[in-house]
Amino acid sequence: MSAASERHDVPCPFCGLACDDLSIAVALDRVEVTAKGCLLSRTAFARAGHPAMQQPRVKGVVAPLADATAHAASILAAAHLPLIAGLATDVAGARSALALADRVGAVTDHLGSAAKLRNLLVLQDAGWITTTLSEVRNRGDLLILVGTDVVSRFPRFFERIVWVRETMFDLDPAAREIVYLGEAANTDAGIAPDGRRPTTIACENRRLGEVLGALRAVVAGRRVPRDEIAGVPLAALEALGARMKQSQYGVAVWAAGDLDFPHAELAVQTLTDLVRDLNQTTRFSGLALAGTDGDYTFNQAHTWQTGFPFRTSLATGHPVYDPYHHGTDRLIATGEADALLWVSSLNPARVPPATAIPTIVLGHGSMQLPREPEVFIPVATPGVDDNGHFFRADKVVTLPLRKLRDSQTVSAAAALDAILKAVG
Amino acid sequence: MTGTMRLKLKGGTVVDPAHGVRGEVRDVFVENGRIVTAPGAAAKDHQEIDVSGMIVMAGAIDLHTHIGGGKVNIARAMLPEDHRGDLVDRTALTRSGCGHAAPSTLTTGYRYAEMGYTACFEPAMLPINARQAHMEMGDTPIVDKGAYAMLGSDDFLLRMLAANDDQQSINDYVAWTITHAQAMGLKVVNPGGISAFKFNQRMLDLDEAHAYYRVTPRRILKVLAQAVHDIGVPHPLHVHGCNLGVPGNVDTTLATMDAVEGLPMHLTHIQFHSYGTEGDRKFSSGAARIAEAINARPNISADVGQILFGQTVTASGDNMAQFRNAGAGSPKKSVVMDIECDAGCGVVPFKYRDKNFVNALQWAIGLEIFLLVDDPWRIFLTTDHPNGAPFTTYPHLIRLLMDKTFRNEKLAGLNDDAQKLSNLGAIDREYSLYEIAIMTRAAPARTLGLVDRGHLAPGAAADITVYRPDPNPEVMFAKPAYVFKDGELVARDGAIVKVTWGNTHVVKPPYDAAIERPLASYFERFHTMRMSNFKIGDDEMCECGHGSKLLRHTCRLPSTR
Repeated sequence: MSAASERHDVPCPFCGLACDDLSIAVALDRVEVTAKGCLLSRTAFARAGHPAMQQPRVKGVVAPLADATAHAASILAAAHLPLIAGLATDVAGARSALALADRVGAVTDHLGSAAKLRNLLVLQDAGWITTTLSEVRNRGDLLILVGTDVVSRFPRFFERIVWVRETMFDLDPAAREIVYLGEAANTDAGIAPDGRRPTTIACENRRLGEVLGALRAVVAGRRVPRDEIAGVPLAALEALGARMKQSQYGVAVWAAGDLDFPHAELAVQTLTDLVRDLNQTTRFSGLALAGTDGDYTFNQAHTWQTGFPFRTSLATGHPVYDPYHHGTDRLIATGEADALLWVSSLNPARVPPATAIPTIVLGHGSMQLPREPEVFIPVATPGVDDNGHFFRADKVVTLPLRKLRDSQTVSAAAALDAILKAVG
Repeated sequence: MTGTMRLKLKGGTVVDPAHGVRGEVRDVFVENGRIVTAPGAAAKDHQEIDVSGMIVMAGAIDLHTHIGGGKVNIARAMLPEDHRGDLVDRTALTRSGCGHAAPSTLTTGYRYAEMGYTACFEPAMLPINARQAHMEMGDTPIVDKGAYAMLGSDDFLLRMLAANDDQQSINDYVAWTITHAQAMGLKVVNPGGISAFKFNQRMLDLDEAHAYYRVTPRRILKVLAQAVHDIGVPHPLHVHGCNLGVPGNVDTTLATMDAVEGLPMHLTHIQFHSYGTEGDRKFSSGAARIAEAINARPNISADVGQILFGQTVTASGDNMAQFRNAGAGSPKKSVVMDIECDAGCGVVPFKYRDKNFVNALQWAIGLEIFLLVDDPWRIFLTTDHPNGAPFTTYPHLIRLLMDKTFRNEKLAGLNDDAQKLSNLGAIDREYSLYEIAIMTRAAPARTLGLVDRGHLAPGAAADITVYRPDPNPEVMFAKPAYVFKDGELVARDGAIVKVTWGNTHVVKPPYDAAIERPLASYFERFHTMRMSNFKIGDDEMCECGHGSKLLRHTCRLPSTR
């Protein structure tokens, strides 16, 4: 076991919150969170820091990197419609994946795109009014958590954003009001420091569209000719609507990953339209929490490089954005994609879908694959064995990920660049 | 061609206003990416390009174009319907992408270079979002880049003002921000107003107090203009003033000019701030008053932010104004954001229509300002890309300035009431090629402090554009015959022939490191990011820019005042 050195203010890329106040003990054979950790970060740093098989494999046999990238290049070059997916990676990995996709005429899709689309479709149809983490921390006096408990996905949300010691303005953070609307597994985090319990308005998430529609009608002063909506008493919505109008800086928080029902984008849009209505008289904002597994990171780079969000095909020589047609699951199920390049340098738990098409995997050496791919290239985890950049949950702040120790492991970007070079 | 080989551009007509050269037939020599003096008669040129009969200018410089950062990327994501109309295929040399309202970064770089532009400056980089802006600019090929850090609604500054901190501390904070956000200048947008909107104020006029901090925009402008001056940043404070787009804002803009009490100040997209309230519709041109005021104040410069008709998207840090304007958007969708106790943004797609009274008058107001400001060194050619129109309309705009007949033909096709209210038809001025060269290269280089760009004297970087003369300036300026970037031929007849990555221009004004004590505490107490992670290192800049060079420009010696 090698000696450990301690690092402070370390950014964590293992959920969208991207906390950057961690202390971490680093050695060649292990990485351990020593302060400001959470369940996710402790597990992920430990796993990423574990020394794993560092050699690439071709057809299950250890091979030099050059052979692995050459074989990967030949698979992609021979394919009619290569699919580059997963893409849980940093900005550099995203950039290199896009350059390769452009060259070989691939479709790109992120493993989190199905959830992310629940927001993107709203952005493209109507837009919205949103805010960011530090604004919520300092101004938010009423937080409505819609269809999520937040902490299951973003463990330190309440610690870092809500129940903080002080705010910049005249707001006592302990006096904030928390409302859970919809399904919420763990509402304990919403209990105020003085023991005050949050308000809970329970309904099935798949019926949130109805409930939010009624709430919007109530806020707009329209009559709702029902006593209850999806099991929620109208009186509860009237009380909530009144409270929302009184708030100085209310925030509606959702996590698209938790809104897993058909056409959830319509529920999201009802919520964001409601937020817009509230801004006629007060300030109210949405906070669409995401970012985990680099979904924002990849989508941001994709958007600036192509002009479109992900689920775009470059097969015809220019970007063709089609959020329905270009999904990983559909392209594999229909047999349209005939080669798969799967990139997951941030999370070894994200493995490629089961498929018989030739598959190339770039992931952490410890990745447990359901079947041996044609090519496996172990890559560095950004923020542990490599520098990198990661977009946070509010899509505004990009954290610089730091290389914490000497490592010979190639980055996803370098492996992708080598494949591109081999394609020629 | 490599940068080390000597190149001779033979027999071109040189227009180089930085040295008063108005059209002189002479050779230009390039070596190692620089313009060099003519070698002796015995020297043999390695390569010669005959440009006789052509116009040779320095590469053009856009000092205000929204090419990178969060709001630009929101605009891209919002508008697939616009981008589908302008898809760009990959070639053996260039990447695929798309153009029009909010082009992809790759297409942005190619199209600027194809038009003879060799440097572009992003004017509204939120310090907290600076990494993203630099990464987007890093993926913008060929042209040089730089950005102005945006302050003025950030809570750190407003807290300093509310606490009556001294000017020296504010100077340190401004210099620290510019340094660690890797910026080239300082911008203020709706001074204090972006913050005021978070407190539910819907307007904030020049002498109106911020609801929480009790600070006025006038005071913010004064301290920031003073700071930029004191720390020696070459480009004056870049100001997007109060009341953007509001009829009657001409009075605010005139008052703003005097709010800095003689200090240098640049007023950006001034067209949007030059509206009167005359006429039946209470909307009129304030251009004459604005131009007269600029002419009388040598400390003031401006860029126009011309609007041109068609679909575009407006992307601004001014969330207060964008929230107000969202209803006029087309297609009807908008994004408004409060951002990190630092700033905000608003993105509203817009379609300017020539038969619409307001849009037609906006068009005329912009051109009136161009034509009524006497000094081309103090008025810059911009559309506030993409807010007034995409940058690809510049050749058309140049024709409007250079060709009175064409301009008046266009005017005759506009909304009748707008025509009646505008004096544009009575203005005879036509810009000369020399004046166009001033406003698109010599003057931007001078105001930005780019000592080796925007001119063609020996020692200058060999950013050179060679135009084939044409009676129609729109044709001439759309597709220059040759474009050289740092001595390398990058575009020929409007097509990219080589892809390079350009440089990034920054200034690093000195500051007292003691400012990091209150800053570190502020980040820790109130923010969700640590100060150490906010700062962008030089190495990181190069990683983000495909290895492009970071060019640091000198600040004047700290002022003793």
